[in-house]
Amino acid sequence: MTRSVTRLITTPEDHRIARLAAAAIGLALIDAAIPLPLPGVKPGLSNIVTLIVLARYGWSTAAWVCVLRVIAGGVLLGQLLSPGFFMSLTGALFSLLVLAGAGRLPRRWFGPVSWSILAAFAHIGGQLLLARLWLIPHNGLFYLMPIFAVAALAFGIINGLIAARLLASPSFMNTGAHHA
Amino acid sequence: MQWISLLRPGDWLVAVLGTVLCAASFPLAWQGGSADKAVVRRGGEVFAELDLSRNRRIEVPGPLGTTTITVDRRRVRVVSDPGPHQYCVRQGWLERAGEIAICAPNEVSVQIVGGKETYDSLSY
Repeated sequence: MTRSVTRLITTPEDHRIARLAAAAIGLALIDAAIPLPLPGVKPGLSNIVTLIVLARYGWSTAAWVCVLRVIAGGVLLGQLLSPGFFMSLTGALFSLLVLAGAGRLPRRWFGPVSWSILAAFAHIGGQLLLARLWLIPHNGLFYLMPIFAVAALAFGIINGLIAARLLASPSFMNTGAHHA
Repeated sequence: MQWISLLRPGDWLVAVLGTVLCAASFPLAWQGGSADKAVVRRGGEVFAELDLSRNRRIEVPGPLGTTTITVDRRRVRVVSDPGPHQYCVRQGWLERAGEIAICAPNEVSVQIVGGKETYDSLSY
């Protein structure tokens, strides 16, 4: 092997983002493997990682982890630049936008569950918007809105609770998250 | 309960608001679509209002004879009409709000209403 001429200088922050993104990608693959009756309804398990990162390291790290997960997940699932990929990306960007505001709410009152619910609604809102504008330009799409809304609420609460649980358990945060 | 203790006061508020949003989305999404109907007029007066979600066929008596109108898969059309030119029959299926078929000689018209009306009327 020839020695690499170019050398990337990486910071501990980069390593942390890479580790966390890897965990999120793993969960995204599990997510894709879970069969669900309706296209578009997914648990979004990898968002648990986004929530934990947001709580511990702040919004910009969370945004990196989230977008890296969408892109790498797209590569691994073979749907990079496909409509499904853009749906994921739009959902992720809308969620991050809402999380930028939600993360500023007083922590005493609003925790990961609030963030998770708000982000889930933003996620499905953004996706419905993209689908209506681009993929299915017909108002019949909004017929499915109640189903998506209920799914967003349910999975939002579940993911938020899991994230809150993990954040509250010191053993996981000291070991698991750092070696995940 | 260990899980319940993870919820902060604001989380309850957000969850309740989310539930309200979900509950509100049902009538918003499902009532608007089913409100679409076709109005059948005879001699300028409303003869019948047809729900587009239910397939059916009605016969409207007019001065020249009977005009038959049918609803099928959210569309409506004039199947037969005693008028001489058959314009309203040849117009075919009406599916969008605002579309109208007029059988002038027999004084019968059918128009789709509801949803967002894009045009006051369409002529062919």
